[in-house]
Amino acid sequence: MPGPAIEIENLTKEYPFGFLHLKKKTSLEGLSMQVETGEVFGFIGPNGAGKSTTIKLLMRLIFPTTGSARILGKAISDVEMHRDIGYLPEQPYFYDYLTAAELLDYFARFHDLTAADRKDRVERMLKKVGLETARKIQLRKYSKGMLQRVGLAQAILHDPKVVILDEPMSGLDPVGRREVRDIILELKRDGKTVMFSTHILSDAEMLCDRVGVIVGGKLRGVGAPGTLVDMKTQGMEILFELRGTSNAPLLSKATRTGDRYQLQVAEEELYAAIEQLRGAGARILSVAQVKATLEAFFMNLVEADRAQASAVEVSGK
Amino acid sequence: MKRAGVVAWNTFREAVRDRVLYNLVFFALLMMTAAVAVGQISIGIDRTVIVSLGLSAISAIGLLISVFLGVALVSKEMDKRTLYALLAKPVRRWEFLLGKFGGLVLTLAVNTAAMAVGLLLVMIYVKHTLEGSDAAVLVAVYFILLKLALIVALALLFSCFTTPLLAILFTAGLYIVGLYVQELRNLPVQVMSPAMSAFTKWLSYVLPNFENYNVMAMAAHGRAVPGALILQNTLYTAVYCTIVLTAAAAVFSRRNLK
Repeated sequence: MPGPAIEIENLTKEYPFGFLHLKKKTSLEGLSMQVETGEVFGFIGPNGAGKSTTIKLLMRLIFPTTGSARILGKAISDVEMHRDIGYLPEQPYFYDYLTAAELLDYFARFHDLTAADRKDRVERMLKKVGLETARKIQLRKYSKGMLQRVGLAQAILHDPKVVILDEPMSGLDPVGRREVRDIILELKRDGKTVMFSTHILSDAEMLCDRVGVIVGGKLRGVGAPGTLVDMKTQGMEILFELRGTSNAPLLSKATRTGDRYQLQVAEEELYAAIEQLRGAGARILSVAQVKATLEAFFMNLVEADRAQASAVEVSGK
Repeated sequence: MKRAGVVAWNTFREAVRDRVLYNLVFFALLMMTAAVAVGQISIGIDRTVIVSLGLSAISAIGLLISVFLGVALVSKEMDKRTLYALLAKPVRRWEFLLGKFGGLVLTLAVNTAAMAVGLLLVMIYVKHTLEGSDAAVLVAVYFILLKLALIVALALLFSCFTTPLLAILFTAGLYIVGLYVQELRNLPVQVMSPAMSAFTKWLSYVLPNFENYNVMAMAAHGRAVPGALILQNTLYTAVYCTIVLTAAAAVFSRRNLK
């Protein structure tokens, strides 16, 4: 059984600010978690939650105030560790005087590949991210989405064991997002470990074996998207059609869209509600269970964090 | 070292694609104008005028490139965040810095060499021949290149811990001070306290001595530059650049990127 691919222990990052840097802002507080080998791990949180800070700490672009991390069993201070890691920065920007092929060839040179291997990999990556026709255009003429694709290509160019992507879907159109999702799933099939940050929850739910939710610099939960939220049924949703008018009491609780109504009732009240609606002349279209979503879980945490922040602000006044 | 070489080559490529070498056109025009004008306004001192003008132009153009591009080497990469993806590769921060330094010095070497060739061509045009004493011109060009390398190292150091504007001011300021270290060393000690005298003497040795690189007058008058000075300046530049780049690497290795 392989060990965890990424181990993070009590990672904290504080930024000094103000006159003489005497004040400190905590961007990340005591983060401890693991990403298992071969899993797709989603790191979700609102903007400013600490997702990019964590990833930059792992990549040694910034240094922790306290704590440590290991990737594939090696301390992150070990530069050789980067041979097995691919990284896509958030909103990537590359040398705009280079073409995509030149940029990939440049990055490949840091991995001690032969000239033939470099050429082969560059071609394959350009094809994989759909940029083979734009390979000779300088990056200064690329759109944001195209730069994101180049960023993805350079991250997986050297066939890394661990791929860390900071907001990989950002700036992409629906087709681009779909392609990135496919690449992540392909990496998973190839046995790679993928950790990516996102605030697009549907992407996390669709792709991740596990997610970590970070809010206000603190990790608030880690687990499979299904187990992280309370999976108990929170009620039943009835979709029905009703032409004309009726004075059934339940109608006042329903949400109307044209001739269609949406009504949420408790599980034990379902049959009585259906009887009443049918009695009023409604045509039942569907009945579905209402379950808590990752979004609801996420929003509850964000709102709790905001409430706590404003409480601290009020008590400080 | 191989990784630093990869960074250096890309830095050179960037300079070429950003049309840094276009300054050669300006230099060529200047020298052509000078070659035509010098024959009409100077009698018997054509060579002196051409050499002085040419070396001054090589030095001034090189200074502008080394200060402004030297500061931009790291600060531009940090501002545009182009080094994020690079530092995630198996490359150490000091290797990155060394590569950036090497790339700009290579650019300056190519630029300076091209201007030196232009200067020699103009000298041939004016005098119809080259003599053995003209080798001093090549030594003067070599010293200019050494000076520019030291300026790039200083610009790189300052850009590692301060804003680009301040880094330009610090580099330019240090260059100007460095032109007068001999005067600093020879300040009248009798009017100063012993402590002050010791301090100015210490400062004159610590500050980069740019005065030693100036052999333009010797080159202009066709006097040979002593071999000892060539060796001394070469070693001085190598040691000073090593110290400055080590300091830059120490600062940059601890720097949190945005």
